[in-house]
Amino acid sequence: MKHFTTILSHEIRMLLVSASTYIAAFLFLAVMGFIFSGVLEEYNAAAQDTSPASVFFQLYWLPVFFMVPLLTMKCLAEERRLGTLETLLTAPVTTTEVVLGKYFASYFLYLLLWAATGGFFFILNHFAGDSRFIDLGPLLGGYLFIAVSGLLYVAVGVFASSLTRNQAVAGIFSFVMVFGLILGIRFIGTREALNMDSLQSLRALVDYSNAARHLEDFTRGVVDTRQILFYVSGTVLALIFSILGVEAKLIHS
Amino acid sequence: MSDESPAIEVRDLVKIYSGHTAVSKISFTVARGEILGFLGPNGAGKSTTMRILTGYLPATAGEVLVCGVPVASRSDDIKKLIGYMPENNPLPEDMRVSEYLHYRGRLKEISRRKLGPRIDEVLELCDLTRVRHRIIGKLSKGFRQRVGIAEAILAEPPVIIMDEPTIGLDPHQIIIVRNLIASLRGRMTVIISSHILPEIETTCDRVIIVNQGRVVASGTPAALSREIFNHSRYELEISGDTAAALPAELARLDPSLAITRTGEPDATGFRKLTLTSARTDDLCEPLLRALANDSRFRVRSLAQSRPSLEEVFLTVTKRGWDSVDAPASATVVK
Repeated sequence: MKHFTTILSHEIRMLLVSASTYIAAFLFLAVMGFIFSGVLEEYNAAAQDTSPASVFFQLYWLPVFFMVPLLTMKCLAEERRLGTLETLLTAPVTTTEVVLGKYFASYFLYLLLWAATGGFFFILNHFAGDSRFIDLGPLLGGYLFIAVSGLLYVAVGVFASSLTRNQAVAGIFSFVMVFGLILGIRFIGTREALNMDSLQSLRALVDYSNAARHLEDFTRGVVDTRQILFYVSGTVLALIFSILGVEAKLIHS
Repeated sequence: MSDESPAIEVRDLVKIYSGHTAVSKISFTVARGEILGFLGPNGAGKSTTMRILTGYLPATAGEVLVCGVPVASRSDDIKKLIGYMPENNPLPEDMRVSEYLHYRGRLKEISRRKLGPRIDEVLELCDLTRVRHRIIGKLSKGFRQRVGIAEAILAEPPVIIMDEPTIGLDPHQIIIVRNLIASLRGRMTVIISSHILPEIETTCDRVIIVNQGRVVASGTPAALSREIFNHSRYELEISGDTAAALPAELARLDPSLAITRTGEPDATGFRKLTLTSARTDDLCEPLLRALANDSRFRVRSLAQSRPSLEEVFLTVTKRGWDSVDAPASATVVK
């Protein structure tokens, strides 16, 4: 792991000097800003039971769908297309260091973008001058959920990028996988058929992996280690598959 | 890692890609400090062999030792011993030259203290100091190629492997690269592959020619041409009765001396002839004396012509060209 920090700092640096990062950040903050002002207008019209933060985070999947593919599709696919993966892997570094370095660089940027939305709450607090708008519990819980679930989503994106040399294919593939993880599982959870006795175990599995339920728990302040374990183990699995994906492509190239 | 071991030792190397044999039973050794040219037509297995040497690709069978270290089982150690420049020289488009070298230097475990001076040194060596702050994606082909070479020699590895380092360069840049490679002679072991045959001929101590995954010839360029064409050849410009009188005259001098090609006479009546002889000693002087004293002929020039590496290459790889690329063979076979 000697070269992990070298690769990580290099990758973060390359992300921060690339124009596409700023375009993605601008789009992300614009969409989140619209969602946030929409939420505020709703609160303006009528009193609500929950805090603005928990409503705001319920739409977290919308930016995840385009942010995760945009941030990760380039990382391994582009290196393979340009052939720089060959120079990288013939330097004294291991595939694990390369994949982890790229993964944490993308994850760092993901967190950075989400952290920027903290500015919305700051502005609200500053100008509304009403501390009831800012309920610290759901706010911190929401951000914690974003950080924990982001581990898995970004790892899935890196995995998609390890499978192909075409960025567009990697992007679509990671979109499909993240979509399946968030909305697909939620959709299956609403099926009546799952209520049959013979499908009890499947029902438990779907409930356990339902991201909407995780978010609900986190924003209520319930941090369940089983849920954290779900994301961490999924992340480890996706990263192992990414490493294997890069190496398998070498063997069969 | 003993110092007596050859820089590279390859024994019975085999690489099969999903049923297609790219390399079949290649064996060779490279001594320390030697510059080896690796030749072969496209698809002969040059790049595959080089990639296996760097540990980037696993071999199907066979053994490769770099400085006595087996590549297959200790690829992490191998990567520190080799500076590699892949085919087409891939470089990141959006980095500056010095930034890129700094990043690569850190990956190659050069300490921060030594890295700065070393980068200045290789930039100077590769004549890149002028462009050190330019973005790589905006550099011309020649500069990019030299950035690749600078990167390969950056960590001063004992072995340097370059896949077609002079491809796409203009003659002036080729001379710079050639001098650069020659300056490594004795200090580092260099393996280069190239299609530019005169290039290999002037730079390399030894040449290996591969075709269809096999070594078809190996040796110094001069030894190769002796070995492949075990006859000597002369170019003669002469006027007179070349059809009847000359062959008899030649046979008197050396029974094996024969005219292999006769050119059209030019305006002054001189024509170019190509003569071959089975004798390898120099026949120029006796030939010139015999012809000059003969009033039937007027000789304008006589020279012994050595087969170039290009001809050696075409001869030893001809079978491959015939079977793989039939229309092309019609134009290269003289």
